[in-house]
Amino acid sequence: MRREIPMIVAFVAGVIIILEFFVPTLRNVAGQLQKWYLVVVAFAILVGAFNLLRMNYMKVRGRRVDWPYSIVLIVGLFAMTIVGIGWGIGQGTVFDWLFNYLMFPMSSTMFALLAFFVASAAYRAFRARTVDATLLLVAAVIVMLGQVPIGSIWVPSWWPDSLVFLTPDWLKDRIMNIFNTAGQRAILIGASLGVVSTALRILLGIERSYLGEE
Amino acid sequence: MKSAYAVLLLTVALTAAAHGQTLRTAENAAAADKAVDAGGSIDVTWAPSPDELEAEVKVLGYEVWRARRPAGDYKKLADVEAGKESYNFTDEEAENGVEYFYKVRVRGEEMSTDTAPVGPAKATREWFHPNRLNMLIAAVLLSAFILYYISQARAGKVLFIRRIAGLEAVQEAVGRATEMGKPVLFVPGIADIDDIQTIAAVTILGRVATMVAEYDASLLVPCSRSLVMSTAQEVVKEAYLEAGRPDAYRRENISYLTDDQFGYVAGVDGIMVREKPAANFYLGTFYAESLILAETGHSIGAIQIAGTAMPSQLPFFIAACDYTLIGEELFAASAYLSREPRLLGSLVGQDWGKVVILISIILGVVTAFLAQFGVEIFGRSIALEQLFVVK
Repeated sequence: MRREIPMIVAFVAGVIIILEFFVPTLRNVAGQLQKWYLVVVAFAILVGAFNLLRMNYMKVRGRRVDWPYSIVLIVGLFAMTIVGIGWGIGQGTVFDWLFNYLMFPMSSTMFALLAFFVASAAYRAFRARTVDATLLLVAAVIVMLGQVPIGSIWVPSWWPDSLVFLTPDWLKDRIMNIFNTAGQRAILIGASLGVVSTALRILLGIERSYLGEE
Repeated sequence: MKSAYAVLLLTVALTAAAHGQTLRTAENAAAADKAVDAGGSIDVTWAPSPDELEAEVKVLGYEVWRARRPAGDYKKLADVEAGKESYNFTDEEAENGVEYFYKVRVRGEEMSTDTAPVGPAKATREWFHPNRLNMLIAAVLLSAFILYYISQARAGKVLFIRRIAGLEAVQEAVGRATEMGKPVLFVPGIADIDDIQTIAAVTILGRVATMVAEYDASLLVPCSRSLVMSTAQEVVKEAYLEAGRPDAYRRENISYLTDDQFGYVAGVDGIMVREKPAANFYLGTFYAESLILAETGHSIGAIQIAGTAMPSQLPFFIAACDYTLIGEELFAASAYLSREPRLLGSLVGQDWGKVVILISIILGVVTAFLAQFGVEIFGRSIALEQLFVVK
């Protein structure tokens, strides 16, 4: 029964949600199921917060590598919770101030790292050692030139319309709208079929690895 | 001159009074059952009062009133603010099969004017969405293919599955981690468990965890959603049980970090730099964090296997990881790794679905091309594109 009950729940809930797309009458039932999911998520947040606290407490107690950061995390977790519950989370509150002037800049800093990682990854990916990599390099250079203002500056005003296909703008549009879009759609079609197949396997109880069964 | 001035003043005063006394009603008011719904809803629509458009008299807003009879006792349902080109209010408290009449009241500063009663309108429930018949046929056809090949696999037929390099490398990656005495890091994306990519990632986690348990390596699973963490803990625990190594299961290795996207990235990067895992798996839904994770993993020299169905993140994974599962390969991974015939059968069925889509695309292109030249059958355009529109 330990396996059968979750499988029955997955089957019934999954079938209702799928049928709701075709049978409008089931919309209310499906909406109710989604509300139940939200309730479960709300409780799971508490489980997550407790897990986070426990993990970091154990790290501090065991004086493991970089344990002082765990103190910062615990203090931050309690500070934000107390400030949020005690004084609210609306505009102009202490919580809002902490979010805007601590949380937000820290997130932005992590996001900003992306620029450097793009450069290092591009350097490795664009080394023209094979035909594929050379094609990638050429396409990338054209798209980059087409995306930035400097790409169109070198095209003089007297450039004939008949040679427009040699300008970065024109080439970039073709690469992005034809080759890139076609590739992305192929991936999406394949992925959508994969989604249907995975859903069927789970609903029919053929795929049970999520229950820990081979 | 004085009398002419007096006449002019009188005219202006009379015009103003006339405008103040009349407030023109909303136009084209109508009430009808809300199309293709579960019942209990009626749509009331109307166009603005001409006074709102001409701004001669200030219109503050509109009110929707409802009654069972045209001359019955009307009850106010809602206030709607003015300032739109057209208005729509859905009465979601209607009883199915009961006739209702509606009035729209234009509210001015000093007075208000009602439309004539509109109706009767009855809420009804619909049992089928007619515009989605094409989707239903496609879903049934694809499911039939998948079920047919699952039954073929059950009957013992040997099915050909193409080699997927990224999945062949899973065992190599886990083996490498074991030899080096370093952990395996599994990142199940940043979406919640209601995302199908996360579900696919968790099913693969079960397979990877079994391998890790058999090889006696250690597994780290930092999660960005608490529900994913709870599910992952159960999946990994069961995998260790299946492998006969329940004692090796470490609950604390499957932890929750944060829901915040970049906070999560910082946490996972920290784990990578501290623990130096020998094999990193990034499977599931990823956004801008994909490259930050993969480049950090590359910097510590880990063998990296990624997989996602997010087309915008695939180039980053391809550039920074050793192997990348593209789109459908992510969903095929669990079946591929298990080598279980019934699961493999579903992959063959999926491939036949792809054949049908390819044929449809070719037919669509040909018929759309012919339709450009006015080729018609039975007086109708033969373009098939409308058959594939989802509403």
